[in-house]
Amino acid sequence: MTESLAFMQGNEVCVEAALYAGLDFFAGYPITPSTEIAEHLARRLPSIGGKYIQMEDEIASVCAIVGASLTGHKVMTATSGPGFSLMQEGLGFAVMAEIPMVLVNVQRGGPSTGLPTGPAQGDVMQARWGTHGDHAMIVLTASGHQDLFSVTVEAFNLAETYRTPVILLLDEVVGHMRERVMIPEKNQIPVIDRLRTSVKAGVDYHPYLPREDGRLPMSDFGGEHRYNVTGLYHDMWGFPSTNPKVVHGLIRHLTDKIRHHAMEISRVKEYHLEDARTVMISYGSSARSALHVVNHRRARGERIGLLELQTLWPFPYSLVAEKCENARLIVVVEMNLGQMLLQVKRAVRHPDRVMLANRVDGVLITPSDIQSILRLIQGKGV
Amino acid sequence: MKKILKDIRINKAWCKGCGICVHFCPGKVLEMDENDKANARYPELCICCMMCELRCPDLAIEVISDDESTDEVSS
Amino acid sequence: MAVRDYIRQRFFPHLWCPGCGHGIVMNGLIRAIDHMAIPKNDIVMVSGIGCSSRITGYVDVHTLHTLHGRALAFAAGVKLSRPELRVIVPMGDGDALSIGGNHFIHAARRNMDITAIVMNNRIYGMTGGQFSPLSGSGTQASTAPFGNIDPAFDVVSLAKAAGAGFVARSTTYHVTEMIDLLKQAISHRGFSVVEILSQCPTYFGKHNGMESAVDMMENFRKNTKSLGKIPEGYSEDKVLRGVFVNENRPEYCQEYERIIASAMKGET
Repeated sequence: MTESLAFMQGNEVCVEAALYAGLDFFAGYPITPSTEIAEHLARRLPSIGGKYIQMEDEIASVCAIVGASLTGHKVMTATSGPGFSLMQEGLGFAVMAEIPMVLVNVQRGGPSTGLPTGPAQGDVMQARWGTHGDHAMIVLTASGHQDLFSVTVEAFNLAETYRTPVILLLDEVVGHMRERVMIPEKNQIPVIDRLRTSVKAGVDYHPYLPREDGRLPMSDFGGEHRYNVTGLYHDMWGFPSTNPKVVHGLIRHLTDKIRHHAMEISRVKEYHLEDARTVMISYGSSARSALHVVNHRRARGERIGLLELQTLWPFPYSLVAEKCENARLIVVVEMNLGQMLLQVKRAVRHPDRVMLANRVDGVLITPSDIQSILRLIQGKGV
Repeated sequence: MKKILKDIRINKAWCKGCGICVHFCPGKVLEMDENDKANARYPELCICCMMCELRCPDLAIEVISDDESTDEVSS
Repeated sequence: MAVRDYIRQRFFPHLWCPGCGHGIVMNGLIRAIDHMAIPKNDIVMVSGIGCSSRITGYVDVHTLHTLHGRALAFAAGVKLSRPELRVIVPMGDGDALSIGGNHFIHAARRNMDITAIVMNNRIYGMTGGQFSPLSGSGTQASTAPFGNIDPAFDVVSLAKAAGAGFVARSTTYHVTEMIDLLKQAISHRGFSVVEILSQCPTYFGKHNGMESAVDMMENFRKNTKSLGKIPEGYSEDKVLRGVFVNENRPEYCQEYERIIASAMKGET
């Protein structure tokens, strides 16, 4: 594979990046605005010997990829709002059973069927807390296609490294927008492969006993080691246990393996933050508009910058605090009623300096929307 | 081919005493013991039909038999 | 191999109640696998949630204990990603046909080579005796204190209508027949369904006037009839046993190999 320039939709970029990362099994169910991911993969996967299956619903889709991940494949599903709600149970299973998988949610307006073709970023909290019970979750996003490519590859890499589902939380604008993207050549972006056990046949293999570095080498279903996988609390062999020590150990392991690596997992982009007195914090398509505003105001000499989040969860609290240390004003730009706003307020030293610039009417928040809100906040009239 | 019984092994630790084997045994070989576990009281009546072994929900019964004709070869 | 070579002995005695039919199904399934001499490493057993689904903890193959109703969806992922594996899915009646009903009919429609075993005890046992979609009207259950008005599915008709390539029914009383049907089902290339009437003396029996496992198995003996033994003009109201469908239809994974072949040639 050599480097090549392409002009394509975000959903297609996601497909190309997933294939670059080694995706070879996809199960899904059509839903706007994510459907193009399924459509492209239905064509692309068999041409490389991979498998695409259209399941009966989103519940079945997430379950099917868990099954395929266990036989040693890199797997993905893609959906949007209502389908994402349906997938929560299976997502929780993947957390509990430590199954590497990537779930793409191209967000639309919600709740319910909401706005199938309108952009929104209202699933930020659902992505974090949608499945029941305490758990950690890795959630990534991107605002443009070049980033989308690398973030998608990263989603697969993190899924393999931490044996966990990773959510790629896109939005309708990024998914449907067409933009230039450079498809990197092979090995230009590192791809992490499945870590398989070196334990030989006939020797005790403990599928759920982490190594010293916290990683859990896997054995493919169909291989030499027969073990159990369950959504129940389980011991190091994968068998159900209600022993309080085992339960406590597992919930700590499941959350700590991500919490303790939050800094490594965290991806942000910084624009003019060095001397910024006004810090905007944004992600996904909203960050495009925010960046436009920053560049515009910088050109006029304002000390304003942007912190673009690519890792939404685990939320980079200390990094946000650090970047906002000298800010007089912090503006969170997002297309919801303030889901990330709450996190930023928790992170910074002066929560009263954090304001929200948002839009929740199914229309992309524009630079002029943000400008109006900034003028209001800064007391300069609309 | 007639089978000859060598042993009826009952794993008392696994037997939950449901009585299925006793009830359906055509030779009335089995009975419940004082601890309500299956017991092969009359093994001489066993026709090696294997039904107790196959119908045991607890996987607690093993009927060991030899085919008459192969008895010498296997022993 | 002996039965003990197929089980994880450290978990015995198992958690099922005394006389529970599910143990007999597990017993029969192990015999079927043994008779067929399928290597344990080639078998993936996938189950959902409920009493029935605990079978995966006990059998020493690759085992995947999943979510209530979703076992067939997980199984589809296992099978399509590695078609050379034998995938067996033991399910309860509520698991397979209530919460998992949609997955069940679509699995049958796709005709992927998976064996689904419906261990039908007509009750939700794990939660304490609520009626299931196979209890049938007129039965008693903890959630039908005035009698059940919910009619039951006929698993065989449903599987047949949905397109399963192999459909059969037996009971825990008819163990040799059960083992034979399981072997046929596992050998069949396509989606196979074996419904096995299984007794739950603890809940279904207690609620419906059958005190013991023995009573319930006697009931299977008296009130079922083998398809092969039906005389001309038979009109008795008995549940039929045997093979209802055995047809070779295009199997999903094989069909997908064709897709791969055309895609690789660049055909559209």
